[in-house]
Amino acid sequence: MTNTQTIQFPADTLELVHKIINRYPEGKQKSALLPVLHLAQAEWRWCSPEVMDYVASLLNIKPIEVYEVATFYTMFHLEPVGEHVIEYCRTGPCCLMGGVEVYDHLKKKLGIETGETTADGKFTIKEVECLAACGWGPVFQIREKYYMNLTTEKVDEIIDELSK
Amino acid sequence: MKILTEHIDVPGIETIDVFRKHGGYSALEKALKTMSPDEVTEEVKKSGLRGRGGAGFPVGMKWSFLAKPEGVPRYLVCNADESEPGTFKDHYLMMKSPHTLIEGMIVSSFALGANTSYIYVRGELMYVIHILEKAIQECYDKGLLGKNILGSGYDLDLFVQPGGGAYICGEETALLESLEGKRGNPRNKPPFPAVKGLWQCPTVVNNVESIAATSWIVNNGGEEYAKLGVGRSTGTKLISVSGHVRKPGVYEIPLGITVEDFIYADEWCGGIRAGHKLKAVVAGGSSVPILPAELILTTAAGEKRLMTYESLSDGGFATGTMLGSGGFVVMDETTCIVHNTLTFGRFYHHESCGQCSPCREGTGWMDKILYRIEHGQGRQEDIDLLVDVAKKIEGNTICPLGDAAAWPVAAAIRHFRDEFEWHVKHPEKATQPGAVFMREGASWTL
Repeated sequence: MTNTQTIQFPADTLELVHKIINRYPEGKQKSALLPVLHLAQAEWRWCSPEVMDYVASLLNIKPIEVYEVATFYTMFHLEPVGEHVIEYCRTGPCCLMGGVEVYDHLKKKLGIETGETTADGKFTIKEVECLAACGWGPVFQIREKYYMNLTTEKVDEIIDELSK
Repeated sequence: MKILTEHIDVPGIETIDVFRKHGGYSALEKALKTMSPDEVTEEVKKSGLRGRGGAGFPVGMKWSFLAKPEGVPRYLVCNADESEPGTFKDHYLMMKSPHTLIEGMIVSSFALGANTSYIYVRGELMYVIHILEKAIQECYDKGLLGKNILGSGYDLDLFVQPGGGAYICGEETALLESLEGKRGNPRNKPPFPAVKGLWQCPTVVNNVESIAATSWIVNNGGEEYAKLGVGRSTGTKLISVSGHVRKPGVYEIPLGITVEDFIYADEWCGGIRAGHKLKAVVAGGSSVPILPAELILTTAAGEKRLMTYESLSDGGFATGTMLGSGGFVVMDETTCIVHNTLTFGRFYHHESCGQCSPCREGTGWMDKILYRIEHGQGRQEDIDLLVDVAKKIEGNTICPLGDAAAWPVAAAIRHFRDEFEWHVKHPEKATQPGAVFMREGASWTL
């Protein structure tokens, strides 16, 4: 197992983790895995093996149980990512609303392709499937925030704002 | 007639005080103070309410299957994993009016005898999870959740669980696996969740919209609900509209209006965007068969098609489709059907959990074949090969994702084969940016 000594949630997050574990019957603390992985990713930006081992230790489950879950769900980053991860929807309805053009513009503006991170570590672009905002497409998400009805101009504004 | 969204635009409706001012939590009071759990279930049965997640199975009947062994906890789990492309109604409802769902959760949990319930929300909607959690806290503060709710002796704890970005978790047994902290691999059935669900305990899983509707049913009676709609399509339905209409968005419609009115009337979609014509519609989320303009507006027999489970499926898959989740994707003549089908094929390939070979391998094959047709490398035999692969997936998997992947591909070829052939025969034209095949004499040809 990897050394997890340097990885530790702040006290208030730890308290939240224990609250989450209490949502489930005794012995079913594994159910807290997805919520706790989200907290871990918010804290450390991506789910490194060390972070996953730490989560396993918190929930008293085997590290493999965390790996197999983290690798199944799209939202967990298994490699380092930039400060802002832009996850754009590539599915049909967003494409109908001009998504392809908007996303091409985004890639050009940042000078990177999908799956890459800018040299300054500021932005990562990922493509994802439907974000359940089809009537407000094209859509991308940066952390918890949805950016909807995107146009090339709006993309410029958002990136310029986040670049400051 | 609006049941779920009547007050949705009232400022502050996300707070418990404003929600209560507009009649909120009256169903909770009525149920807990004047009705037995079985009486609530009886009203839901009478209402004819059908599962709004896509399957359309009667909610009351699903509830009646719930096993009730002594000393074993029972659970209600709300499926808010909304991930079917074209569908965003639950997102809209929860984001705007979280208490509408929460009241339904309490009423339904009471009916089922559940003392702990969960709302499983797709992880991408973390901001909606925060909205729900805030609203739930308000309920605890006002004694509408927790121990001895309104002095009735009934206890309920309600929690929100985030997913992790997996379409498959909208399938109820995959959702339960996920809620147990595992990969979202659907379970073999039987046993059904009603007997062995969450942590092997009896569990009901219902969609957001289904659960939200139960409050109105308690307040007004199942018979009143059943008066709305047509035949076995009772009540109202939230329709998520995307694509080339003047007014995309979420509309609550009484089931039974005509598809034509829904698309063209100002009250709803307001028609196709200016200067364009209707080419095709995917009426119930990406998995249901796409229909060309003439077949979505009228059945093969020439009758006006209605927004009901029965009318939309009239003609079977040869000439009909399904109401599904109500994800209504409208396409005008600028839409390349091959490209749209590719995005759906890619979606199912990405979202297959990998458990069953026909789906895991078949969705990959369809994605690759669609990709090469779209990119000018298709072969004439590819079109039949797609149909063949789709056939071999359908019906051969543990869960319906396989069917959901096969249907849109098969239907696109069924109704737009000429468009696929054009891509294969004229790759130099088809791969031009913005190039779209125009069928001679079609109603959408400009």
